[in-house]
Amino acid sequence: MKLLTGNEAIARSAWEAGVQFASAYPGTPSTEILENITQYEEIKSEWAPNEKVAMEAAAGASLGGVRSIASMKHVGVNVAADPLFTFAYTGVNGGMVLVTADEPGQHSSQNEQDNRYYALAAKLPMFEPANSQECKDMLAAAYILSEEFDTPVLMRTTTRVSHSKSIVNCGDRVEIPAKPYKKNPAKNLMVPAHAVKRRTVVEQRMKDLAAYAESSPFNYIEQGGRIGVIASGMCYHYAKEVFGGKATYLKLGFTNPLPEKLLTTFFCMVDTVYVIEENDPYLEHWIHSCGFTCHGKDTFPPFGEMTPDVLRHALKDDKLPVIEYNRDLIVPRPPTLCAGCPHRGVFYELGRHKDVVISGDIGCYTLGFADPYNTMDTSICMGGAFSVGHGMQQAFEASGQKLRVVGILGDSTFFHTGINSLTEVLYNASRTICIILDNRITGMTGHQENPGSGKHAAGDPALVMDIGTIVRAMAIKNVVEINPNDMKAVRAALDEALAKDEASVIITKWPCVLKKMGIAEKAQFGNPFTVKCKVDDEICIGCKLCIKSGCPAISMNKSKKKAEIDSPQCVGCGVCAQICSKQAIMKEEK
Amino acid sequence: MAKGILLVGVGGQGTILASKLLTIGLMQAGFDVKMSEIHGMSQRGGSVSSQVRYGDKVESPVIEKGGTDILAAFEKMEALRWLEYLRPDGKAIINNYQINPMPVVSGKAEYSPDILDELKAKAEVTVIKAFDEAVALGNTKVLNIILLGATVHMMGLDSINWNVLIAGEVKSAFVELNQKAFARGCELVR
Repeated sequence: MKLLTGNEAIARSAWEAGVQFASAYPGTPSTEILENITQYEEIKSEWAPNEKVAMEAAAGASLGGVRSIASMKHVGVNVAADPLFTFAYTGVNGGMVLVTADEPGQHSSQNEQDNRYYALAAKLPMFEPANSQECKDMLAAAYILSEEFDTPVLMRTTTRVSHSKSIVNCGDRVEIPAKPYKKNPAKNLMVPAHAVKRRTVVEQRMKDLAAYAESSPFNYIEQGGRIGVIASGMCYHYAKEVFGGKATYLKLGFTNPLPEKLLTTFFCMVDTVYVIEENDPYLEHWIHSCGFTCHGKDTFPPFGEMTPDVLRHALKDDKLPVIEYNRDLIVPRPPTLCAGCPHRGVFYELGRHKDVVISGDIGCYTLGFADPYNTMDTSICMGGAFSVGHGMQQAFEASGQKLRVVGILGDSTFFHTGINSLTEVLYNASRTICIILDNRITGMTGHQENPGSGKHAAGDPALVMDIGTIVRAMAIKNVVEINPNDMKAVRAALDEALAKDEASVIITKWPCVLKKMGIAEKAQFGNPFTVKCKVDDEICIGCKLCIKSGCPAISMNKSKKKAEIDSPQCVGCGVCAQICSKQAIMKEEK
Repeated sequence: MAKGILLVGVGGQGTILASKLLTIGLMQAGFDVKMSEIHGMSQRGGSVSSQVRYGDKVESPVIEKGGTDILAAFEKMEALRWLEYLRPDGKAIINNYQINPMPVVSGKAEYSPDILDELKAKAEVTVIKAFDEAVALGNTKVLNIILLGATVHMMGLDSINWNVLIAGEVKSAFVELNQKAFARGCELVR
């Protein structure tokens, strides 16, 4: 027995089910699936540069004969959709499962899309686990189903399933020998003549899966009172918390296709039926289409998590008594760039330019939009900074708006799809200025390796793909690489790029302050983060200029009317010292 | 009804390790346990929480507003932020420690001096100085284990062998320090 998160249980189950290949791109709340798989030596586990590549590699491993898994966050499946939809036609050799971790409530995401519709659209069987034990059991079942029905399988978790812990009974690994590879272009090579035949196979497969849905142990009725509750995933537990024994439950764990006969049985047992699901009315629409009447999004919110208090509020039930108190005393506490974050200097300098529009991207650096920098105008998707920026620049030029666009993204995002974004800028002779913030790691999701960081997923050494070398090979004239903590260099690079009537690439290179560095890397960056900065009270005039650095370690001492540095937080990056116009901040040895 | 323990603080304060130890202890004691955390999106410096529920059978891993038996706050403003989750007859352990949120650092908001008074006026509160205690033990990082000790003692869960558990989960060089921190946490709320 172990206490595991849903993600840990999925990793464990992949190991137990004899999976031999795993690929993923990090993204909350999916990241820990692959991170945990790396502990199992029997599974070749890899970070892919993006989700499409992860899906393709896992599809290839399946075609090659072994069980494989790809995992990603919900928006990652958009990137992976191209291979996914056609892999549904070819089917598998070794079993293949794609795990999508959706985010009702958008704790760490740019949208709240419901990826269950991918199962419908791509015609894939789908599982929705409600807890960690089900994550483990359903993944095991998914591999058997994948091989029996010759199809990739979608497993859909949500943040609370992925990130909550519950008790799991664990087993041992069962080795599944690779299925020998046999050349079969009619099945595996999707030219139209082949694909049109596979199209009919896919339709028949969904009909066959409908029978499985009726008999699946993951779809069952739990008898109680005359209220009917239909729920999948974590919503089942939320509903049980609220309805308890008052309701009879139809718990759905296998949700594409739905068990229509079981629905009929269930509707005969109950009076009023509530369908409780997060995100879109996926189950509700299906149930309506079968001719049943139920309450769903007419009662419950169409967005956010369906936690017990949300359900009670929607049902106008008695809520638990709470303490009333003065909430005006509470100040919001948003996440901030860490003390010593190498992105700080760039955003401070960008903030000095008023005639620029900044096209951002997805990473810690998205926090550049917030106070005190306010230096980001837009952020849409992974890798989009330069291409969105390019389009804006075209619009400004076509319409005579005198604005210059600066695109900004990080190292892992560059490898993800930023490289395509930069190609767009360079090929189409854009004036967009492209900044790549290389902090030597995938930061926001908690330090995963990437093609530029020098290590593989399991921590063994990898060839370093140097971003500067790649960019120079893309036939651009203006490329500079700078230390972002050298404020003079940052200012000069920006001024120079803005003065030119063509694209420039600025690469900043300095490790994330939280990165665990080896001896060689420490030496490469001159053993950083080992000094502190302090304020000389005699010189400080209390002008608050340093506060605009947005460093959480520096604040105003109100009684002294001087700036003050919180020594435990400070790592001596020296950005504030360079901002200070009176040289009142200096470095000191630890 | 499952019991709820809510650990709240600021990203980087060690709530995750504390909740990990707590949940393993509860599982080993034979309880059904569920725990929920929200992480990702560079939570450093942001408001964080670990929600733990335990009992004979636990459904939701998420604590409802008004459903917390013990609120353990690693920072005092975080205690107030999460106070609506505490049962009116629940107990709060507050680390009397202030970490300025960015709007306070940048001078756009003020950190109210009345936070502790408001907490004391509205709930059954035990205030401890876990940071000072951690300094006295020689390592500020064990603040989380001091608060864990206090929480466990207040929940009456002392019969679980926490020292063995700490020895199993913490790097060997830090076992004794963490065990001392745990014992000190228990003492502080005795």
